Amino acid sequence: MKIVLEPGTSLKNKTGGWRNFKPVIEMKKCIDCGNCWIFCPESCIRKIGNKYEIDLDYCKGCGICANECPTKAIETVLEEK
Amino acid sequence: MIVLGEKASYVKCRWKCEAGLSANRCWYYRQHLKEVSEEELFTSGHRGCAGCGNVITVRLVLKASGKNVVVVSPTGCTEVISTPYPETSWEVPWIHANFENAGAVASGISDAVKVLLRKGKIKSKPKVIAIAGDGGTVDIGFQSLSGAMERGHDMLYICVDNEAYMNTGVQRSGATPYGAYTTTSPLGQDTPKKDMPAIMAAHRIPYVATATISLPLDFIEKVKKAISIEGASYIHVLAPCPTGWGFPGEKTIELGRLAVDAGMWTLYEILNGEFRVTYKPTAKVPVKEYLKAQKRFAHLSEETIKKIQEDIDKRWAEAFR
Amino acid sequence: MRSSQSLGMSDTRTLASAKRMLRKDVMTCNKAVAESVKLCDVDVIAAYPITPQTSIVEYLAEFVAKKEIDAEYIKVESEHSALSALVGASPAGARTFTATSSQGLILMSEVMFTASGMRLPIVMANANRALSAPLNIWNDQQDSLAVRDSGWIQFYAENNQEALDYVIQCYKISENKKVMLPSMVNLDGFYLTHTLEPTEIPDKKDVKKFLPPYEPEYRLDPESPLTFGFFAGPDSYQEFRYEQQKAMENAERVIKEAAKDYYGFTGRKYSAIEEYKLDKKDTVLLTVGSVSGTVKEVVDKLEKKYSVGVAKLRMFRPFPFEEIRRIASRAKIIGVIEKDVIIGVNQGAVATEIKNALYGSKSIPVLSFIVGLGGRDTPPSTVEKIIKICENALEKPEKESYWMDLK
Repeated sequence: MKIVLEPGTSLKNKTGGWRNFKPVIEMKKCIDCGNCWIFCPESCIRKIGNKYEIDLDYCKGCGICANECPTKAIETVLEEK
Repeated sequence: MIVLGEKASYVKCRWKCEAGLSANRCWYYRQHLKEVSEEELFTSGHRGCAGCGNVITVRLVLKASGKNVVVVSPTGCTEVISTPYPETSWEVPWIHANFENAGAVASGISDAVKVLLRKGKIKSKPKVIAIAGDGGTVDIGFQSLSGAMERGHDMLYICVDNEAYMNTGVQRSGATPYGAYTTTSPLGQDTPKKDMPAIMAAHRIPYVATATISLPLDFIEKVKKAISIEGASYIHVLAPCPTGWGFPGEKTIELGRLAVDAGMWTLYEILNGEFRVTYKPTAKVPVKEYLKAQKRFAHLSEETIKKIQEDIDKRWAEAFR
Repeated sequence: MRSSQSLGMSDTRTLASAKRMLRKDVMTCNKAVAESVKLCDVDVIAAYPITPQTSIVEYLAEFVAKKEIDAEYIKVESEHSALSALVGASPAGARTFTATSSQGLILMSEVMFTASGMRLPIVMANANRALSAPLNIWNDQQDSLAVRDSGWIQFYAENNQEALDYVIQCYKISENKKVMLPSMVNLDGFYLTHTLEPTEIPDKKDVKKFLPPYEPEYRLDPESPLTFGFFAGPDSYQEFRYEQQKAMENAERVIKEAAKDYYGFTGRKYSAIEEYKLDKKDTVLLTVGSVSGTVKEVVDKLEKKYSVGVAKLRMFRPFPFEEIRRIASRAKIIGVIEKDVIIGVNQGAVATEIKNALYGSKSIPVLSFIVGLGGRDTPPSTVEKIIKICENALEKPEKESYWMDLK
């Protein structure tokens, strides 16, 4: 057994299952401020050009992105399981 | 890159910002946010609670520092949620030893790097950054940290302050604010919060700063500044904890903002002994708004709230005179 | 300097030993330890003063200040931080050293388990001293025996030369990839630490050949960002502990190999147990550390009167079970003379381990003699008493443990 761990291996642990509410971005309202991305504790909001994408494999549904969005472009909706 | 120093347009823009701390509609804010590294050096899949302020802290630190670092964490939430065998969320070299010795472990790495560089055994010089909780900093790790700061090793120590022992289930620490409920202060904390940044400044190290995750640009700028300085530096960052403070996870950033706007937390830096407030709230929010947003203060009487407000008014006048 | 011809020595080994004689200096054990550290190309030293170890770290501070050792010397604020600093420095790729004693060792004990669990080849010298309370600065071996389960290799020196030789061998052993465990050399406080003895300092070139530079398998390096000191749950923790045990077993072989290599350039033989006049003797006096000298002297004096010899235990971790069994198979009784006691067991830690070794093999009485706590002298008369008790117990042991010279 190695006494060290290889970097970034927690990606194996998909935390999306923790979620009760899921964030949905309405791109029309997005002003590309970057708040949702900078504050995401799961590092699961990615910038693609001036668009944003949420990786639902890891999103725990905390809702910080929706709360911090200045234009209310992100809405949290009940997860259907 | 964010320009450092007094002339930084960012610092000016923060002061003028119409929208206040949230600054969401500020064009400058958006521009500067675009300059922050997109590289994620703390990966998804960690076990932090939904809305964890610690994790946001770590992400912001690593965005500021980049890859060329060695991170030391003592025992605490950050350690436990990020490294359960066989997985780790760290993409930078990271080490945990014990609870009370992050300062000493970091000083050992810092000096090892120094001598190994001198002997030609390694080629590059990473910056050593300790990221520790408030318990590991202001309580059990106090001696080790004080020793490391006094000796002046080339390292940055960051205290991620969520104002109690959250990893063991919310017990009071020396950083718990007056009045706050924890499982070991069931009637509310009866002593004031230990002023750790002031104690660190008393070590006469080149750089001491306070920050909050809710002002990421201010925080990132401070981390960058600390890293650029040779010697020991200390940043104390307020990181709200939904689980321990009793608020919904989506409010983590909002609570940090409220703490600053209400004067519960002041943002400043002390560079080579020069004290400078780095952010002045546009309007003072009554502390009641901050307290009422959290379950840990739900029991406070009007009288206690008044007492807290009076204390804040005094400190506010001192800080922003 | 005379040539080998004029000395009439054609054998190079004889010449080497003659040169060695010339190289002997008179020094305290603390100086000898500091000199050995100087030979090992140590990178980081972290230490805190404590009697009777202090002069080790004073000598080292002087060596570093004079640039006789190219190392960083961290003057920490406690022993806990001393070992903690090394727990940082070692995985950063540094060869490390610290020295302590008594309360300092016990303060370190938390980090000792961590250093071993993280498999860091840290080397430490411990000046054996009694534990408080009552406060006492004099010698016994309670301190190091109290941390016997911390996963550190433990050697005990009888004299200054052994202490010096063991520090050098410790790096070789600890840094072996099959071992990767920290190790400590124990030297009796004052009896050794402050006693002047002729001690040979090996040649730096020989030591360099014996001890190549430290090349860790894993290090804290941004090029290869690994996680050290992670958290392990019930599904994996036990396996990591098992690996530590396996490493300690590997150490037995590695220690023998290191001793062989060391003999090659010093001519000094090291084994887990030194046997002294042990052939065909009824009574074996088992000793640890500096008291061995006194015991040997008494045995010399009384060897015609009693059938008694000495087995000096040099290594407590890993414990030399095989050797103990071999010695016991030829003896009738073992008297363990040691400077510690397990309160509640009323025996010393070494005696209980000897009994553990003999369980299921030849059953002979093992008596525990508790001597010299808190620096009380162990004079030849006490050893004589011990020999007599053992002789009498050959027939039928009265009891298992004896507190010698109790007032």
